[in-house]
Parts: sequence; C-alpha cells; structure tokens
Amino acid sequence: MKKTLLASALALSSLAMPVMAADYVIDTKGAHASINFKVKHLGYSWLTGRFNTFSGEFNYDEKQPEASKISVNIDTTSVDSNHAERDKHLRDSDFLDVKKFSTATFNSTKVTDLGNGKLAITGILSLQGIEKEITIDAKKIGEGKDPWGGYRAGFAGTTSIQMKDFGYKMDFGQIDFDLHIEGIKK
Amino acid sequence: MVFDNETKFGTVSKVFHWLSAIVILGLFAVGFWMVDLNYYSEWYRTAPYWHKSIGILLLGFTLARLLWKFITPSPKTLTTHTKLTQLATKLGHLALYSILLVILISGYLISTADGRAIEVFTWFEVMSLGELIANQEDVAGSIHKYAAYSLMAIVLIHILAALKHHFIDKDDTLRRMIK
Ligand code: HEM
Ligand code: HEM
Repeated sequence: MKKTLLASALALSSLAMPVMAADYVIDTKGAHASINFKVKHLGYSWLTGRFNTFSGEFNYDEKQPEASKISVNIDTTSVDSNHAERDKHLRDSDFLDVKKFSTATFNSTKVTDLGNGKLAITGILSLQGIEKEITIDAKKIGEGKDPWGGYRAGFAGTTSIQMKDFGYKMDFGQIDFDLHIEGIKK
Repeated sequence: MVFDNETKFGTVSKVFHWLSAIVILGLFAVGFWMVDLNYYSEWYRTAPYWHKSIGILLLGFTLARLLWKFITPSPKTLTTHTKLTQLATKLGHLALYSILLVILISGYLISTADGRAIEVFTWFEVMSLGELIANQEDVAGSIHKYAAYSLMAIVLIHILAALKHHFIDKDDTLRRMIK
C-alpha cells in the first residue's frame, strides 16, 4: 500500500512537472546554421542557393524527442544563388514575390522519434502566403558544452517541396532543401 | 553640313538623333517583352543578351553624342516659338538626355551588381565596378524600369510636339532635324 502510494505520488509529481526540455536559439549570429536549396537545371545539373538571413528557436530534450518544437522565420529577400540577375528574378513576382511576402515561416506541429537520433519533423511551411505541411528528415549531429561557457545542440535535415504546390509560374519540379542548425541553450 | 549651325542640325547630329531614337524604342520594346518570357523560350537567354549588348553600345554612342553636343555649336531654339515654348523645348530635351543616362547607368548597375562583367555580343566586355550599394540589382532594376517608362511618356509628348509644329504650325522644327 505504502509502495503504491509512493509510486502514484511520484507518477503524479512527474505528470505535474514534466522534464523541462531546454530552449535553444538557432545560432544565426555566428552563422552556425544554413538553409540551402537546390533545383535541377534543365534536368542536367543542380543549381544551388541559400537564404542568408533567418532566425529561429527550438526546444529539445534527448529523453523526450517527441516533445521537441521548432520555429524558423526566413527573410525571403536574402535569397542568394550567387548571380545578381537571377536573384533579382527570384525575388520578383514570378517566384518569391518578396515585396508582398518578405518572410517565410516553418512551425513544427509534430515530431516523431525514429531512433538513433533521427527525427521526422512535421510542420507547416508558409511561403508566399501559401501554407503546406512538410516533413523534415532530421538527424541530431551532437550536443554538449561549448568552450565558451554555453551549451549547444546541432541537427541536419533534408526536405523537399514541389514548385507547383506554391503557385510558381515556372515549374522546375522539385526543390530540395539541405538544412543545418546549431542551437545555443538559452 | 557635318556640323550644326545656328538654324539647322548637321549630319552628325541628325544621325545621332535618329539612330538613337530607333535603338531606344527597340530596347524599350525588347525590355518590356523579355522580362515576361517563359524560361523555355528560345529567346529567354538571347533577348537579354542583345538588350544588354545594344544597351552598352548605346551608352557609348550617347556619351559620344553629348561630347559632340558640347564641343560643336548647336542650333538655337526657333525664334518663331514663344518664349514659353522655347523654355519647354530646352527643359524637355534636358529631361530626355538625363533620363536616358539614368536608364543606361541603372541598366549597367543591374547586370554588374555581383561583380560580373557585361559581355557585348562576343566583341568585348565591360567590367563591373562591384556592388556599390546594398541590393543593387533590385534598386537599379526598379530605377531602370520606372525611368524607361518615364522616358517613353516624355518621348510621346516630344513626338506629338514635333508633329504639331510640323502639321499644325507648319514651322521649321521637324524639317531642320530631317533635311
Ligand atoms: C535606353 C535604353 C534602354 C531602355 C529603353 C531599356 C528598357 C528596359 C525595359 C523596359 C526593361 C523591362 C523592365 C521591367 O519591366 O522590369 C528593361 C530591363 C532590363 N534592362 Fe534595359 N533598357 C535600356 C538600356 C539598358 C542597358 C544599357 C542595360 C545594361 C546593359 C540594360 C539592362 C537591362 C536588364 C538587365 C533588364 C532586366 C531587368 C529585369 O530583370 O527586370 N538596359 N530595360
Ligand atoms: C526615343 C525617341 C527619341 C528621343 C530619346 C529623342 C530625343 C531628342 C533629343 C534629346 C533632342 C534634342 C537634340 C539637341 O538639340 O541636342 C531631340 C530633338 C528633336 N527630336 Fe527627338 N527624340 C526621339 C524621337 C523623335 C521622333 C520620333 C521625332 C519625330 C517625330 C523627333 C523629333 C525631334 C525634333 C524635330 C527635334 C529637334 C527639336 C529642335 O529643333 O530643337 N524625335 N530629340
């Protein structure tokens, strides 16, 4: 009886006080994060580019990966494919339409633990005001203390979208994303 | 009759004016059309390439034209015109030259914003001055576009004025730019 009481008391207290997952800020200041994309050029090669400016936060606990959350805001004007004329075109209304939609966002809605540090992060991507559910295949790269008194955790991920889903006038098929983030514990 | 005199334009000025007029109208039409081309159009690469090549040639041509204008005498505004018309003529021409320069310079700044040179056909390249301002390709791009539209508006007035002087006033305005 005593044992069950103690057990249920413990269970209750753990319900009331779940393990506090740590909050992290994505280290965009130190540029230990990147949002890269690639698109097939005519089917013959890959054209790569990235978004230089974005910010975000995530919440992660190794013991409870499914409770993780992440949200990222991307400044679409910062698109960079290493060619000014093309970047100007990417920013205009044929593509990102940055005058109207200067930010794109991703907010996770569900995280599934696939084991071995692998996660499937499902969430809503909002691009040009169009919202679509996407899933990022993510993998934890590592976490631990940094040499300057902080604590960091880092992940890599990939996902893809279809251009036709986002109403682009020109459809080059699929855009693949190659994502890297490192967070600093708040 | 190579040079202008007090009352008439000379051959050089006439060639400058009419060749520029044709090229400018052509560049506007091509510019207007090319930005909406489909990626898979056979013109998608050729049209901007010609637009930029011819644009750079026009830039050189225009600098030579201005040099010519400053070092040789120009005709006076027609004395048969009212003082107000003469002033409007001067301001109008000043606006045409200035906006043209703005278009030419902003066009150059779009394509050279990332340090790339502009290839003029396969003849030569004009080097980039680097990125001079932030978001140069976007800023120069909107200036280029609005300046091109403004130039066309003023050119329209310019043409109507020339035709009015010729057909309604029956004065020497158009004749001295042609004959
Ligand atoms: C008087 C001469 C010129 C005229 C009238 C002209 C006109 C135009 C027009 C109407 C556009 C389309 C703008 C839009 O709707 O977005 C355009 C685009 C463009 N022009 Fe010119 N242009 C001239 C000279 C030049 C020169 C000298 C260059 C530089 C070499 C140049 C480079 C460009 C480029 C790169 C674009 C593409 C901009 C875009 O992607 O929207 N142009 N031009
Ligand atoms: C893109 C088109 C054009 C541009 C940019 C342009 C520009 C100019 C400029 C800058 C001048 C002043 C020349 C000087 O005295 O230094 C001028 C003169 C003149 N233009 Fe044009 N022009 C254009 C088209 C035309 C057309 C289509 C006509 C005829 C219908 C025309 C008729 C004239 C005449 C008659 C003059 C002489 C005015 C005078 O006697 O002072 N132009 N134009």
